[in-house]
Amino acid sequence: MRSLKTTIRHIRRSPYQAFAAVLIMTVTFMAISIFTFLILGSSKIISYFESKPQVTAFFKDSAKTENIRALEDQLSQSGKVSKIHFVSKQEALKIYRQQNKNDPLLLDLVTADILPASLEISTYKIEDLASISNMLRQSSFVQEVIFQKDVVSTLTAWTDSLRKIGIALIVVLSIVSIFIMITIIGIRISQKRDEIEIIRLLGAGGWYIRWPFILEGIFYGVTGAFIAWIISSIGLLYETPFLESFLKGIPLLPVPYLFFLEMLGVELILAILLGAFASFIAVLRYLK
Amino acid sequence: MIKLDKVSKKFGNGSVGLSEVTLNIEKGEFVFLVGRTGSGKTTFFRLLIRDFLPSEGSITVGNFDLIKLPKHKIAHLRRKIGVVFQDLKLLMDRTIFENILLPLEASGFKDQDIKKKTEDIMEEMELSKHSDKFPLQLSGGELQRVAIARALILAPEILLADEPTGNLDPQTGEGIVNLLMDINKKGTTVVMATHNDVVVNKFAKRVISLDKGKVIKDQEKGKYEIS
Repeated sequence: MRSLKTTIRHIRRSPYQAFAAVLIMTVTFMAISIFTFLILGSSKIISYFESKPQVTAFFKDSAKTENIRALEDQLSQSGKVSKIHFVSKQEALKIYRQQNKNDPLLLDLVTADILPASLEISTYKIEDLASISNMLRQSSFVQEVIFQKDVVSTLTAWTDSLRKIGIALIVVLSIVSIFIMITIIGIRISQKRDEIEIIRLLGAGGWYIRWPFILEGIFYGVTGAFIAWIISSIGLLYETPFLESFLKGIPLLPVPYLFFLEMLGVELILAILLGAFASFIAVLRYLK
Repeated sequence: MIKLDKVSKKFGNGSVGLSEVTLNIEKGEFVFLVGRTGSGKTTFFRLLIRDFLPSEGSITVGNFDLIKLPKHKIAHLRRKIGVVFQDLKLLMDRTIFENILLPLEASGFKDQDIKKKTEDIMEEMELSKHSDKFPLQLSGGELQRVAIARALILAPEILLADEPTGNLDPQTGEGIVNLLMDINKKGTTVVMATHNDVVVNKFAKRVISLDKGKVIKDQEKGKYEIS
């Protein structure tokens, strides 16, 4: 409690240094928050695509039910298919209406006749997708085959790059913030050198002197993380309607409030560790 | 209470702080430590609070063997010794009240005890009216009393006062020495470093004279005799 009072006094007496320390921590935690949203979001998008039928075959209007059944049987016998789902013209219209329920103009223009019936096929292994799609293309009743392998692999490549860039940026920013914090706490210790010396001569133990500086580091970390969390959470909530319409059909948004709280918890723990580590290094370096 | 056995202190630049000093100060004694500037008075005090170790010899203060004292126990030693530093070492950005309570805070006393003990000692030292003032607002004599109050707040068994009358007019200086005498009468061992011959001669107490780091005289009811 007493150490906390001393910490508050230190901060109040040098507000600009405190502001700089909080600012760098905010920037670091903003990067952590944004890349967490991006990486987790894109992973979810990939799992969504992976869980969806990976090959969709659209039938010509001339295709009859028995032709489609025969093709289904042929696919099942290949042993490569994990799931087959038939979507009739009526079902396709239902899905279309559901997806465009807020746009009456689009609803008026489309009837069941326009939409083709289709088969949605998932395979056990992603490498079997090519042979399945070839099998479908050879059928004279199939109009078009949509192959999602490319979508998933492109997205995976993007996510991998995003993850690498994110981790690199977070590591660099964390190192920069640790060095800035060490410098700021170091300056603080140098400014207080006489006071520390006097307190030491009056019988203060090592931790009585060290604690206020370590608490100061933790304070900067926690404050920076909290500000970053508020900004990034408000930003995401604000952009949710736009992102929802952009990612139509993908069950990613709105992000549950519990996730925001979990992220705050993790970031605060990280902030405490980062702040304590930086100030501890400063104390070791400058308070010999 | 304080025992030095063949203690020498040589500094890195080659100068000698103390040279083969052997002396014994009993509990409850009042001792004047006299000598010119640079004779080793401050070095003597700094050795007693383990600000540094001697180059040779052994020092015992109360139950503490200063040579074997581990670093983490130095704070415990310093809480047993009150020190009035030559330059007072008051914190200029803290009030008189905040300065005096520092040793209590550093020793981990509870807030209510700190308040009570600080108020009590300030009243005893007639400093209560200056509680919220800053050191720059007080006179030299008042600042000495603040430094003494801070040194006494942990009720130490030993009080070391380094030139406490140094910058004071004779009357105020004498007042300070009287105060130290009163403290000594209550059982505290007092060692006062000074080169104020008037004060030393008036009070007729034990006088240890230092010159170039050596004890040149150690007299009961002595006089200030530095050639």
